[in-house]
Amino acid sequence: MMVVLMSFSLHQPDKASMQRGKKVYETYCLACHQVDGTGVPRMNPPLIKTPYVMGDKKRLINVILKGLNEEVEINGEFYDNPMPPQPQLTDQQVADVLTYVRNSFGNKGSAVTAAEVKAMRAKK
Amino acid sequence: MNRILFAGLVLLSGAMQACANDSTKQQQQQPVAAENQLKLPAGFKATVVADKLGRARHIAVNSNGDVYVKLERLKDGKGIIRLRDTNGDGVADEQFAFGNYAGTGIAISNGYLYASSDEEVFRYKLNDKNEVENPDAPEKIVTGLVNRRQHASKSIALDGKGFIYVNIGAPSNACQETDRTAGSPGRTPCPILETAGGIWQFRIDKLNQSYADGVRYATGLRNVVGLDWNTSANELYVTQHGRDQLNQLHPTLYNNEQSAELPAEEFFMAKKGMDFGWPYCYYDPFQKKKVLAPEYGGDGKKEGDCGTKEKPLYAFPAHWGPNALLFYTGAQFGDKYKNGAFIAFHGSWNRAPLKQGGYNVVFLPMKDGKPSGDYEIFADDFAGGEANLTPANAKHRPCGLAMGTDGSLYISDDQGGTVWKITYTGK
Repeated sequence: MMVVLMSFSLHQPDKASMQRGKKVYETYCLACHQVDGTGVPRMNPPLIKTPYVMGDKKRLINVILKGLNEEVEINGEFYDNPMPPQPQLTDQQVADVLTYVRNSFGNKGSAVTAAEVKAMRAKK
Repeated sequence: MNRILFAGLVLLSGAMQACANDSTKQQQQQPVAAENQLKLPAGFKATVVADKLGRARHIAVNSNGDVYVKLERLKDGKGIIRLRDTNGDGVADEQFAFGNYAGTGIAISNGYLYASSDEEVFRYKLNDKNEVENPDAPEKIVTGLVNRRQHASKSIALDGKGFIYVNIGAPSNACQETDRTAGSPGRTPCPILETAGGIWQFRIDKLNQSYADGVRYATGLRNVVGLDWNTSANELYVTQHGRDQLNQLHPTLYNNEQSAELPAEEFFMAKKGMDFGWPYCYYDPFQKKKVLAPEYGGDGKKEGDCGTKEKPLYAFPAHWGPNALLFYTGAQFGDKYKNGAFIAFHGSWNRAPLKQGGYNVVFLPMKDGKPSGDYEIFADDFAGGEANLTPANAKHRPCGLAMGTDGSLYISDDQGGTVWKITYTGK
């Protein structure tokens, strides 16, 4: 019973966090990554089932906090536009938007917490 | 009578196909598949010359009808595909691939084929059979051009008088200290303009030219993918991809609607020494003037010294992405089209969350080197449906234009890898 509950809490994103995350996505992410997370071919990476989004959460958090200006290869495709850092977002906003992205567009992943974002921000 | 003639043609075409070299890829003529159908004006017909070619960027048609396609990504290790229609049905029945570099630019002029990677320009002599004489050993005429991934395509155009014009796009959106980052100021002067953000002129017959050997012909152009030499005006014309993200970078100055409609995609005549204003200025088609970019103190209204920058000959809708420009010099399409401009719009991404636009080929009538009316959409339905259109789910994105000696218009697409031939049938 305990195991079931834990796995439930790990994988089921909080509904309020998802809703807040959607708002953050629409304001800061959508113009480049598009309404359905498909991105723009050769320019802005898709967010669907990629290792960047679904893999190491620490790397993903850093993409938001520090940006990403290097050659990005996803499934044999390269993307040219830089990802600007978003340090103005609060820990909670970063957690919400990443939870949203990891559970939208066909993705299903564990939530990102504000504590995880805070820890990465503190590392600098 | 007609039926007999038709049967004879079918037999002839079958025989020619049977004789074709075994090493070449065969393709039977068949009805245009639904996903490749285009919407055209009455009397025009589209034939699929070839499809699934990969990232078919720019194209050039030789006087014998061979179509050369430049690929942005190598396909089976090759970056140029020659398409040949041996039986005159419009469909390529031979493909020959060569060139070990990817890129965008390709053109034919005075007995040479020119092609570019994202750093260099090459040329190949055409032999007495009108074929590339040595496909594995081109002459490298330009080298060492800036390639920092963003806006790296090196489109080319030739004036037929010994010079080649190379677009060197700015690897930047608005020359901010940190690219595409809210709050980051514009750099003054913008150092990018020394080696990019303009058109460079080089000689066609000198090897290994670098920046020092070329001339910065025109500046203040963020990224030009579509350019062409206008033989009736005897000048270079270019189309600029205007800047992105006014709303995301400056939410207090621009709402989503303004960000989707600003700035215009500008169409210019580019004379030597001209400055078109990027990154300091952009063109507002509603105020009909250039205004100061917000990274340089602009508020959407202030002009600064933007009045001194060159104005567009024509302003197209924002973010459509003009990827090819072709002045129509043929007779086949009729007087209306003579010396007018076809422009292939790759299709927008930066109008989101509003509806995307472009994904079409438009015609702009011209007289004496100037637009003589408004544009009309010539070829449409490349994307395959407007509902929920995003760049990634578009079936085709128009990217290249070329004209055959018979006046047919060729269109390439770097998403589906299709090349169409448009002819006027009057039916």
